[in-house]
Amino acid sequence: MDSALVIHRLHFAFTITYHYLFPQLTMGLAPLIVIFKTLSLWKRDERYNKAARFWGKIFAINFLFGVITGIPMEFQFGTNWAKFSQYAGGVIATALAMEGVFAFFLESSFLGIFLFGEKRFGQKVHWLAAFMVFAGSWISGFFIIVTDAWMQHPVGYELAADGTAHLNSFSSLLLNEWALWQYLHNMSGAVITGSFAMAATGAYYVLSRTEDYYGRLFLQLGVIVAAAASFLQLFPTGDRQGKLITEHQPVTLAAMEGLFRTEAGAPIVLVGQPDVDHQKLDNPIYVPKALSFLTYRHWEAQVKGLEEFPRDQWPDNLPLLYYSYHIMVGLGTIFILVTFTALFLLWRKRLFNSRWMLWILMLSFPFPYIANTAGWITAEVGRQPWLVYGLLRTQQGYSMNVSAGNGLFTLIGFMGMYTVLSILFIILIWREVAHGPDFLKS
Amino acid sequence: METLWFILVALMLVAYVVLDGFDLGAGVISPFVARNHDERRLVLRAIGPVWDGNEVWLIAAGGALFFAFPLLYASSFSGFYLPLMIVLWLLMLRGIGIELRSHVDQPLWWSFFDFLFAMSSLLLAIFFGAAIGNVIRGVPLNADGYFFEPLWTNFRVGINPGILDWYTVLIGLLAIVTLTAHGAHYIALKTTGVVNERTHRMASRAWVLLVLLTILSLVATVYVRPQVTDNFRLRPWGWIIPLVVVGSLVAMPLFIRKAHDFAAFLASTGYVIAMLGGVAFAMYPVMLPATTDPSYSLTIYNAKTGDYSLGVGLIWWTIGIALAIVYFTFVYRSFKGKVTLSESDGY
Repeated sequence: MDSALVIHRLHFAFTITYHYLFPQLTMGLAPLIVIFKTLSLWKRDERYNKAARFWGKIFAINFLFGVITGIPMEFQFGTNWAKFSQYAGGVIATALAMEGVFAFFLESSFLGIFLFGEKRFGQKVHWLAAFMVFAGSWISGFFIIVTDAWMQHPVGYELAADGTAHLNSFSSLLLNEWALWQYLHNMSGAVITGSFAMAATGAYYVLSRTEDYYGRLFLQLGVIVAAAASFLQLFPTGDRQGKLITEHQPVTLAAMEGLFRTEAGAPIVLVGQPDVDHQKLDNPIYVPKALSFLTYRHWEAQVKGLEEFPRDQWPDNLPLLYYSYHIMVGLGTIFILVTFTALFLLWRKRLFNSRWMLWILMLSFPFPYIANTAGWITAEVGRQPWLVYGLLRTQQGYSMNVSAGNGLFTLIGFMGMYTVLSILFIILIWREVAHGPDFLKS
Repeated sequence: METLWFILVALMLVAYVVLDGFDLGAGVISPFVARNHDERRLVLRAIGPVWDGNEVWLIAAGGALFFAFPLLYASSFSGFYLPLMIVLWLLMLRGIGIELRSHVDQPLWWSFFDFLFAMSSLLLAIFFGAAIGNVIRGVPLNADGYFFEPLWTNFRVGINPGILDWYTVLIGLLAIVTLTAHGAHYIALKTTGVVNERTHRMASRAWVLLVLLTILSLVATVYVRPQVTDNFRLRPWGWIIPLVVVGSLVAMPLFIRKAHDFAAFLASTGYVIAMLGGVAFAMYPVMLPATTDPSYSLTIYNAKTGDYSLGVGLIWWTIGIALAIVYFTFVYRSFKGKVTLSESDGY
């Protein structure tokens, strides 16, 4: 493998993975902040406002880090993936440019009003600003998903005389079936991150007895929303994504599941280590026939194994794909167990005294980040060896005029920069959580 | 259609330089016009609610360029790889410089972020100027429409130049002085008292340099790329552009002397628009000239995407930008007037 290709892949993978740690929280928190603002207007209770302001601060710090780590993303298509940009720009840049004019202007304009305008413009404008920031962040997510969905499942294009892809149906691009399910799956994933962060903060306040009222409030909203989002993540959004992969990327499905041989009544493997050289799975723990049922709703259905496909069509990093998929699904299942248990305790009015459950909730907030990241690795590594599925291979898409040395120089630069950003981020978030919602001047 | 998109992308870039230009300029002048904690907070409050929205114009213009002219986007962003990455790092440092300063009440913390804000603003101004210089001078494009430029070679303008040569550095200096004046006018508009007085002095001094560098860069541009005069011969209405440049240059010091801060700000806005508009006018229809062989130059014809996409784009672009103008009008009206330190929240 050409080393410049490896560097450019790592460059994009590293910067996008780091970037997405921030938007998943802002997109997840935004609707929760709107809920607090709405409650404060409706019930005329200042405490909901304090809650909204507290999460607004956390949101603002995350938003800033999302913005500054997001700027490189828009540019990296051109800097590191020039051949891909030339090939696909005629289609995907419609979505990316629309993100700029429809989402970024909205978010950036109203964030200033949300953060600095509460006293000056009153509660109704402040509610509107919160809602607009929420809308902006969700619109932004939609256009990014449209871009990725086109790479996963290209629609609405034609190939021009020079071999590049040109858009020929605007509506097919935006209404790509793949984009709609991927969007819902992704946004529900973001809400899981946001609601787990809220529940964890609430659990910390209740356990440490620092902010009992707000601790309970955050736990209530956090647990209810987390349970709903965890369920939606599995069904229907995750289920429908799986169906699309079965239909359009069968080789990816086989690789995700570690299914080397075609089987009727294929089992689903919970744990096991793929051995690509010998084309087998070591130490499998599995549920018989479950994969056939989940993909085709029929216990004896035949599921195609990797052996059906030529080797040059296999995703090129099969173990990474296999593990990231299993981590995503495993964590998703645990989220449902944890949140529904917490929901049950909340309903029985025993949650705030169940210290064991509060400990679990407090410590669980990192896991949605891991699950969301693993999900994206599944999507992107699963698409390999294609950059645009079935049309353009990854090795044809990078900037061939940018040498491996130049690529590594900036990759190391980003790593250094992001180390500093991480330290600043942790300091600032920790200060906000330690201060608590009541510390803020009203 | 491609001409229309050339104009639209150019308009978005001009909007970026006019808007983010004043907050970049505010960063460049902040160590000089704001000398203590409270004065620095005033400068930050003047740009705080708007800088992020201003910067979105760069992202949106980048998106529009990618959308309308994919080959130009692919070629220039990969060819200008290193300076672009440096610009991205500077934009990041500048963002945290502005936003994180107020989070901790500690003089050392403030100093660190003040330094980041001023230094990144200054370097960004140089790089943006040098970028324009590179686009005017041309780059060593090959037959496929690609190139790769190192940061510097021998500092001469030749077939294989670097990002920085005597010409692009000159344009970089012009950019610093332009944004210094523009930023000073904006901060003057938003402040009172001692900060306001210092920005007036800053603007007057910058003006002298601005006149000198404008003349110098004009001569240098005609020397480096004589073709820039072609369009002025073909389309004589273009002479209105140098008239606006001269007019706004004359107007700036008059307004500053009378403390008409808003008028002075409009004058430097006019200057920025006319200078960048002049570049776009002189380059058209070329977008990136080749130093190697003129036939390799990237033009609006060989870099554009399909007509269907450009046509649909006009519809959503118009709606999107109309909405953006509504938001901007709302935000600027909301935060209009002089900034004070009386309100408790923010910076």
